[in-house]
Amino acid sequence: MYGNDFSDASDEPAGGLIDQVEAAEAALRAAATQARPGAGVDLSEASESDLDYYFTAVIEADQKIEPRDWMPDSYRKTLIRQIAQHAHSEIIGMQPEGNWISRAPSLKRKAILLAKVQDEAGHGLYLYAAAETLGISRDELVDMLLEGRQKYSSIFNYPTLTWADVGAIGWLVDGAAIVNQVPLCRCSYGPYARAMIRVCKEESFHQRQGYEILHTLSHGTPDQQAMAQDAVDRWWYPSLAMFGPPDTDSTHSAQSMAWKIKRFSNDELRQRFVDMCVQQAGFLGLRLPDPDLRWNEQRQAHDYTQPDYAELMRVIKGDGPCNRQRIDHRRRAHTDGAWVRAAATAYAAKRAARTLEPAQ
Amino acid sequence: MSVSVEHLLRLGDDALVAAQRLGEWAAAAPEMEEDIALANIALDQLGAARLLLSYAGEREGAGRDEDALAYLRDDRQYRNCLLVELPNGDFAVTMAKLLFLAAYQLPLYTALSRCGDERLAAIGDKARKESAYHLDHASLWTVRLGDGTDESHHRMQAAIDQVWPYTHELCAADPEAPVDPSSLRPAFMATVDAVLTEATLVRPADGWAPSGGRSGVHTEHLSYLLAEMQVLHRAHPGARW
Repeated sequence: MYGNDFSDASDEPAGGLIDQVEAAEAALRAAATQARPGAGVDLSEASESDLDYYFTAVIEADQKIEPRDWMPDSYRKTLIRQIAQHAHSEIIGMQPEGNWISRAPSLKRKAILLAKVQDEAGHGLYLYAAAETLGISRDELVDMLLEGRQKYSSIFNYPTLTWADVGAIGWLVDGAAIVNQVPLCRCSYGPYARAMIRVCKEESFHQRQGYEILHTLSHGTPDQQAMAQDAVDRWWYPSLAMFGPPDTDSTHSAQSMAWKIKRFSNDELRQRFVDMCVQQAGFLGLRLPDPDLRWNEQRQAHDYTQPDYAELMRVIKGDGPCNRQRIDHRRRAHTDGAWVRAAATAYAAKRAARTLEPAQ
Repeated sequence: MSVSVEHLLRLGDDALVAAQRLGEWAAAAPEMEEDIALANIALDQLGAARLLLSYAGEREGAGRDEDALAYLRDDRQYRNCLLVELPNGDFAVTMAKLLFLAAYQLPLYTALSRCGDERLAAIGDKARKESAYHLDHASLWTVRLGDGTDESHHRMQAAIDQVWPYTHELCAADPEAPVDPSSLRPAFMATVDAVLTEATLVRPADGWAPSGGRSGVHTEHLSYLLAEMQVLHRAHPGARW
């Protein structure tokens, strides 16, 4: 109910990003009406190099690779890893915000937060469904998450200590996610691009809600203002780190760019995010905790202090403040729910058997 | 007949406390689909609570809005039935509570949708559609668990046995209420009996029938629930959020 209820793009704290999502959606529709390279060619006997030729041609023409198309094994694996990590992040990301549902300070905020956490579970489901088109099951992916063989976003290993953190997550974390995800609306793999279009529309609404929470706090009592500033102080660098290691250290970038899975480098997106946030922090009346943050006339962009990448690596490797707690919680929900899932399976089998009986 | 503040609080508090308990399931449900469903039902209950409490505040005319009523009353001033404040327990207990609550709220809201108070009738009309969905969801799970595995059957029966005594308060007679709850008992029993039969479960014998929620005499659970729900709001008197 909240997911699609956003007004025109000029009101959005995310500014023109929503326009870009809509442009990507239009491009996707237009691409579907054009003939694809290799369309009508019988590829049943084609050699691997012919298949690779058509695969590359489709990507170069900005057409979409679809589940039944031939694709290089490493393209498939890269996408599975990336989409699964994205899906896991939505599911783990329910926890830090879910932590405040019971204590939300007004009934309206409680309702908005409940709807947001519900949307996140929905995003997790779309993304698992997109990953499943690549030939892996959701159960396998969930097992990999629970066994620590696949990652989720480092940001969700930080604790939500005050109500203002819910606002900071909406503004900064969802803001960073949107900056990261809007280009994915043009990703070369069709099911992922389509999932991202849907996800980005809802995320931009969540970002606006987070911005509103912080705006109310920063214009509230002195205690509320301090709470808002403290939250921004704690979430700023972890949000910058969400874009991943600097370009010089990024292992997957070059190939993902060539495949049009990634469209911009980590550092380009991080810069875009910083520039967006500086302006909004001004409207909020909150300070970004970086004494060296300033406009660089020559670059037409803000200079800023890089996040602590050693900390990022520690968190990714499992030693952030909440890694153990988040994964323990997920495992417990999975284990405690096993008997319920077993009952549903057993009941479905009994029902199927009963439906068959009269026919026999 | 014009509805009293007291009756609006009873309706609103049932929905609010039910929403608070369901919200505790966020990110902890047995399946991701169920995380979505429980949050969805919590949102419906919260939505009904907000409408009912806002109306109660206006009828009272003392300047209390939905938040003043939700966050600044103590447990002795809450008017919800005991059923909704019971802890979530395992998934079977949650479903047993939801089954009984929905089997009561559906005929209640349906009857209210035809009551003489126009505003309450409109709220009832909106809420009855949501209750039908809640009842459907809880019925499906009660049947799946009751007729699933041996373990789920035992757990579902234990949950029904544990929660059943609290259902008597739901339909306690109150001739002054806009809809006398005792008039809902036949519909409630018919729904519950049909679901339990299909689920291969047994309805417990009637006996112990705890009550007191409607007069603010609650179980020991409610004070903790409110302490958590109200902590932030109370720490910042007069603040806007």
